[in-house]
Amino acid sequence: MAEAAIELIGINKSFGAVRANRDINLEITRGTIHGIVGENGAGKSTLMSILYGFYQADSGEIRVNGKPATIRTSNDAIATGIGMVHQHFMLVDNFTVLENIILGAESDALLKSSIAKARSELERLEREYGLEVDPDAIIEELPVGLQQRVEILKALYRGAEILILDEPTGVLTPAEADHLFRILKQLKDQGKTIVLITHKLREIMAITDSVSVMRQGTMVATRETKKTTVEELAELMVGRRVLLRVEKGEAKAGEVKLSVKNLVVKDQRGVTMVDDVSFDVRAGEIVGIAGVAGNGQSELLEAISGIRKAVSGSVTLDGKPIDLTGAADPGELRQRGLAHVPEDRHHVGLVLAFEENENSILGYHNDKRYLKGPLLDVDAIMADAKDKIAKYDIRPANPRLKTANFSGGNQQKIVLAREIEQDPGVLIVGQPTRGVDVGAIEFIHKRLIAMRDQGKAVLLVSVELDEIRSLSDRILVMFAGRVVGERGPEASEGELGLLMAGVEQKEAAE
Amino acid sequence: MSTPYAKLPAWADYGLIPLINLAVAFIVAGLVVLLVGENPFRAAVILVEGAFGRGQGIAYTLFYATNFIFTGLAVAVAMHAGLFNIGGEGQAYVAGLGVGLVCLALDRIVPWYVTFPFAIAGAALFGAAWAFIPAYLQARRGSHIVITTIMFNMIAASLMIYVLRDILKPEAMQEVKTRMLEAGAQLPRLNWIIELFGTAKIRSAPFNVSFLLALVMAYLVWLLIWRTKLGYEIRTFGFSQKAARYAGISEVRVTIIAMLISGALAGMMSINAIMGDQHSVYVDLAGGAGFIGIAVALMGRAHPVGIILASILFGVLYQGGAELSFEMPAISRDMIVIIQGLVILFAGALEHMFRPYIQTLFASISPKSVGMAAVKGEGA
Repeated sequence: MAEAAIELIGINKSFGAVRANRDINLEITRGTIHGIVGENGAGKSTLMSILYGFYQADSGEIRVNGKPATIRTSNDAIATGIGMVHQHFMLVDNFTVLENIILGAESDALLKSSIAKARSELERLEREYGLEVDPDAIIEELPVGLQQRVEILKALYRGAEILILDEPTGVLTPAEADHLFRILKQLKDQGKTIVLITHKLREIMAITDSVSVMRQGTMVATRETKKTTVEELAELMVGRRVLLRVEKGEAKAGEVKLSVKNLVVKDQRGVTMVDDVSFDVRAGEIVGIAGVAGNGQSELLEAISGIRKAVSGSVTLDGKPIDLTGAADPGELRQRGLAHVPEDRHHVGLVLAFEENENSILGYHNDKRYLKGPLLDVDAIMADAKDKIAKYDIRPANPRLKTANFSGGNQQKIVLAREIEQDPGVLIVGQPTRGVDVGAIEFIHKRLIAMRDQGKAVLLVSVELDEIRSLSDRILVMFAGRVVGERGPEASEGELGLLMAGVEQKEAAE
Repeated sequence: MSTPYAKLPAWADYGLIPLINLAVAFIVAGLVVLLVGENPFRAAVILVEGAFGRGQGIAYTLFYATNFIFTGLAVAVAMHAGLFNIGGEGQAYVAGLGVGLVCLALDRIVPWYVTFPFAIAGAALFGAAWAFIPAYLQARRGSHIVITTIMFNMIAASLMIYVLRDILKPEAMQEVKTRMLEAGAQLPRLNWIIELFGTAKIRSAPFNVSFLLALVMAYLVWLLIWRTKLGYEIRTFGFSQKAARYAGISEVRVTIIAMLISGALAGMMSINAIMGDQHSVYVDLAGGAGFIGIAVALMGRAHPVGIILASILFGVLYQGGAELSFEMPAISRDMIVIIQGLVILFAGALEHMFRPYIQTLFASISPKSVGMAAVKGEGA
């Protein structure tokens, strides 16, 4: 029986009145890959932050390699051999790989000797684990997958025997993710212990040896991966049975509702983010736009919804043009039947400091239904909010509660309820289930399908390829600002993955 | 992990925390008094008695509070739009010119109640106009409003001295100010209201009708911010500019309108000074009220009720402080400013210092009161 690399015994942690972790017991066997799954807010990140010294547990014990460990800072964690690869990389963009590796671990007052020492050590690590990166490359010039590799090297350079990875595949293409998994397996073979935090059950099944499930701050189960199923894990995460596949019938596409032609959009720095994009969305269909985050999808949505100016091109809604040059007024577009569920509900789609009822009219506050002369019709707004809360099962069912106090899934329902209940002809949706619990995902997907079946045109942007594939009737793939391919929903993940990675050019040349 | 801190019940949020902050401010102020060799308890008694002990003191306290309500409301309206209007001082000062011109034109012809509405309009117009330029520069050019409003305070001060000395001052007058305004521009005193409660006859305190105007404005500001479409847009913009753009709210329009309203409110402070007290337009008539308004708005959480209460508190510090420096020679006027500064520090700048402790306390006493029920019921 292999011994435990990490033992957590009776860990408790509260933030104010919220108990983020309660009585957590966990044992991670040395030399294995151990997955931790759970919905957003289940306490995974808190637990790992305790292990890595960002937070102190209120009570409980941590043992590393059988010995009790006191981890007060990340330096303590590193000293005990724990390394962490964060979801958002902690790299200095304009430093080289080598400079980033030694950052905080310089051995002398002068850099020169540190760098020389680091270079030979880095080369050894790269050889040993097959993690090739040019030590002199500037971070910002490296693709995301390589940046992540630098993060892993950073941890190994500091002597990590136990590696924690927090949602490592969120920013990767499927091919990059596969490569990462190969690296992780190799690390395991070399005797490292790996803790993988994710909400993607498929990854858990593919790579881990054992998996622990967290729900509402408690550890509900630990399973050997071989002996469990995706369905069982999903049920453990949510606490009830979940429908993972979206049931939908054939699309009955009608007339063109939204038409985008040769659209070009630049970002604040003047970099072209959307490059000559054209497509149509017809009534009664869902068009999905797949792509790795940062390939122009966000800017595309913003331009169509009137938040961002376009440089050139045209967009028509029900055959009539939308003014793109002066940034079309989003209020006017709403009146013309274009509703928008933005990617970033925290800063764009909602005002978190508002009461729920106030957010239920955001963007529609000029509507006569909500006004009595210059005054807001508080009774009408409240009745309307209660109505939506009931229809969308928003919890807690309190329209006076501050929006920040709702969970991610319920916040997203507030936005969806507001946009869908206006009965728009066209709905554009960005990342509808990002940071949303599994139970709410099911609900949101059903709603979007229902919109389609009512004959609405739905444009869906998501970085979750599974979501795109299960909802869309047609799939467009964006890479580097261009639409590099269109596929049907039956397209394989591998095929889409290649397009997302920009490998389409060769194929087109054939 | 989205909400690391639970929320407190409203009474603790709006009542308990400000009281604790205030208590700490007074304890530290007491230490300062002790340091200069005076008895802090006696000082506290003198301060409170000076402010509330006699009818005269109450009248002065409310007279000062009137100024602070106007400027506090002004800062609050801008704050709701996410704008930090430091220019209340200059806006009030320049508005004094608007009030002065109306009064100089009308005071010999019509009674005060005819002059009054015109004076309000004059104050609002000139105050708003002085706020317009920084607002325009912020909305269209991105010049930071904190910087521009500070500079406009300086410009206002120089401009007013020029106007008063070179244009409005009568030849024969020694002091730099306009001629004395006559009955048609003198607001009736409200001291009789205080006398109704049985205090002795109040002889000279300038507590006047503009206090009522301030209360009306407080109500209107509440109505504007929480019950109108414009207020909804202002608050949306103030909390999140991205959400405002998403909702089709014009950044330029909200910035300019919020600042115009803010300037108009600050401007009305000058009515109290000119028509209620000095009966002339004089140098430095805003007297720092524009800056106190910032503290008042912070302490009153940008809510009109909070602002009225905070204004009265600062009225107490002004009036009681004057008595204190008179009674205790060791405590100079500057010491009073230190005490006011401590109140601003603890109630304004450090207002969240004790919050985590109080939240933990509440959570341990009664989890339900801090919204644990809400957190538990979140599973969708």
